[in-house]
Amino acid sequence: MKSKCIHHLARTARRPALLTRTSSVPITTTSSLRLYSTHPPNAKLNLPVDYSTTPLLSHTSQTALATPDLPAHVRNSTTQKMNLFQAINDALSTALASDESVLVFGEDVAFGGVFRCSMNLAESYGAERVFNTPLTEQGIMGFAIGAAAEGMRPVAEIQFADYVFPAFDQIVNEAAKMRYREGKTGRSAGGLTVRMPCGGVGHGALYHSQSPESLFTHIPGLRVIMPRSPLQAKGLLLAAIRSNDPCIFMEPKILYRAAAEQVPTEDYELPLSKAEILKPGEHVTMISYGQPLYNCMAAIERAEKDFGVSVELIDLRTIYPWDKECVLNSVRKTGRCIVVHESMVNAGVGAEVAAAIQEDEKTFVRLEAPVTRIAGWSIPTPLMFEKFNFPDVARIYDGVRRVMEY
Amino acid sequence: MSSARLLRGRAIARLARPLARPSQPSSVLLIQRAAASNLSQRPDSEYVSFPGAVKSAFTTTLNFDKPSDHAAIPTYRVVDQHGAVVDTSFKPDLSTEEVIKVYEDMLFISLMDLVMFDAQRQGRVSFYMVSAGEEAVCVGSASALTMEDVIYCQYREQGVFKHRGFTATDFMSQLFANKNDNGRGRNMPVHYGSKELNIHTISSPLATQLPQASGAAYALKIQRQNDPTIPPRVVAVYFGEGAASEGDFHAALNMAATRSCPVVFICRNNGYAISTPTLEQYRGDGIASRGIGYGIETIRVDGNDIWAVREATKRARELALEDGGKPVLIEALTYRVSHHSTSDDSFAYRARVEVEDWKRRDNPIIRLRKWMEAQGIWSEEKEKEARERLRREVLHAFKEAEREKKPPVRTMFEDVYEELTPDLKRQMAELKSILERYPDEYDVNEFEGGKKSLDS
Repeated sequence: MKSKCIHHLARTARRPALLTRTSSVPITTTSSLRLYSTHPPNAKLNLPVDYSTTPLLSHTSQTALATPDLPAHVRNSTTQKMNLFQAINDALSTALASDESVLVFGEDVAFGGVFRCSMNLAESYGAERVFNTPLTEQGIMGFAIGAAAEGMRPVAEIQFADYVFPAFDQIVNEAAKMRYREGKTGRSAGGLTVRMPCGGVGHGALYHSQSPESLFTHIPGLRVIMPRSPLQAKGLLLAAIRSNDPCIFMEPKILYRAAAEQVPTEDYELPLSKAEILKPGEHVTMISYGQPLYNCMAAIERAEKDFGVSVELIDLRTIYPWDKECVLNSVRKTGRCIVVHESMVNAGVGAEVAAAIQEDEKTFVRLEAPVTRIAGWSIPTPLMFEKFNFPDVARIYDGVRRVMEY
Repeated sequence: MSSARLLRGRAIARLARPLARPSQPSSVLLIQRAAASNLSQRPDSEYVSFPGAVKSAFTTTLNFDKPSDHAAIPTYRVVDQHGAVVDTSFKPDLSTEEVIKVYEDMLFISLMDLVMFDAQRQGRVSFYMVSAGEEAVCVGSASALTMEDVIYCQYREQGVFKHRGFTATDFMSQLFANKNDNGRGRNMPVHYGSKELNIHTISSPLATQLPQASGAAYALKIQRQNDPTIPPRVVAVYFGEGAASEGDFHAALNMAATRSCPVVFICRNNGYAISTPTLEQYRGDGIASRGIGYGIETIRVDGNDIWAVREATKRARELALEDGGKPVLIEALTYRVSHHSTSDDSFAYRARVEVEDWKRRDNPIIRLRKWMEAQGIWSEEKEKEARERLRREVLHAFKEAEREKKPPVRTMFEDVYEELTPDLKRQMAELKSILERYPDEYDVNEFEGGKKSLDS
């Protein structure tokens, strides 16, 4: 049952452009026929993201190499156009080549993975280092923790973030707490990295859409990371694999094929627990991570034109432990804050960010409007209603209007 | 493309490996290999060629395989209740000194159990778990492993720690959670761990250590492939029959088998999981019968016979290192003579007479003592001297450990991450400020460094 869904999703993830172009395909026979992912004819806000022009992706080598936080030796190197799954693949390959203690495994990883992230790795690095496991998430995670405890750097894949829950005990009670309980022995599961595709994909429904990041941000001992782009994915994944803390690396699966940009071919890392200011602004701070950043950017472009405001957009990159300083400094400057994420609003990352903002004395007194959260409703992700559930450009645009009008 | 084909080929090769079934004639194995070379169903074949089970013969008899059709897996023993050798091929491979060390390790644990159980009843430690009746499983198996072998425990394996060199001071430091405790005062009592002795720190969640042991064993295997100067090592992992009902048990055995991991699973089947008797834990033939289902070589031993446990573990270790590595399962049958823990009164769910029976009739320590006496290497005087010496050692370490300072309060914030995060630094400063502003509400004097340890 699961595998059927997987192939379906893998297929559609492969051709995101098709999804957005279906309205122009001349197969419409009756006026009542509606296809997935069409947008209303008069929509001005909720248009499909154009990944080929968005300023959030580096479309040229120069912009890629000018990315903040890139190490100096990479700034003079070459780049190559990659989409997100190719960048992940490149990072895994780089990690396997540079450290013989790196192992890559999970369900269906050996033939390249259902999203193609581990393509050619088994051939290049051997079936002992890149391999399939039985279909058991708790087993994958326990196995990875044991390997990490003995000094390896396992990169375990959970096929969908929706299926990480059987492994929760191992992640929460074992991986996260191992360094703490081992104490003086100095052992830990720090070599562990867990990759998992997450987020909406248009039609993933209840079990191929979830973003459980806030369940992990509640667990001391874990680093929770979500990249927004191929360049970022490579740098952050390499940093996660080489980090001595266990890392949860969540990959927005809708971006696997959709988001393509120039990515440095060198081996490089981007810093963990450090946010990135994607666009400076004066009146509103907008905080997000992963795919919704593209909607944020589109909403900001319209809102700045329509309302004459200037919005600062921050990508958290690491969701926990998060870069509080960067966020607080920005909100102290702007006095207004909007947090955007796909997962449910209740006890989500937005709750933590909003609470931290109002709790900080120097920031609280600067607030000009209530901190606003724009996130998924407090429901499972329903198949037919996804477009009403996740934060879209209209909702984010409206959020800017509301915090400015307050 | 080529990789997919390559991998499918590998999978076929794995399926074709014959199961260890001594009753099968060799011609069957030949047919299996032939069938496995081509996965398509050949016309008129007598054997199934579905990929899921290529070795299965067709039958026209509609017959469900019943558990009752199979005799219970036998229990290997070397020495009987009277200390008499029943395995005629058995030759003790330990010197007299080594046998005495093994015996005294068991004795030490049983004496420490008595002291600590009472100490908990007096409120001097918060919790304790005795291992009475199960000393031989732990000491016997540990004695058959090398110091380089990696060990994972559940919590009733004090004997493993003792045999590998955990001292009375080490035990007491952990139990009193003082500043010398490896766990830095964070864990409940009995959650021991040691880097030097290659034993991972115990965690309370049951069975979580099982798939970890498989992964650790895989790591050892890869590390030796990368560097052949590393000696061959196995992982040994202990668990109770109750823990074997957890999903992690299933995950661990299946992963260890499919990834060919050199790991020895050692089940202490002591009849009870807290109050739950085995009849409510499972309906199969114990834990051992499951090993076969995972394609794992399995043995059941008399857990009160230290020689049987030692011989089985020794052989299991050899097997685990064969053919590039594979898992082995040992089920040691024993009886939990003690309460589950200091928080449990087991007479609420089992008869006192049953327990007394076991204590009197069959006890692993007495069994080895009888064997030693028969060999002429032990006597009543030696017993008396050893008991007094070991008890003194325990009590001395007890008093010392109780007097030691607790770890610095700062320790509670450390080791969550490799480095203290800005958040944790802030929270540490906040706690310090509270301790300073409400000095009468907290006693920090018993902690090393007092509140100064919270300075940034």
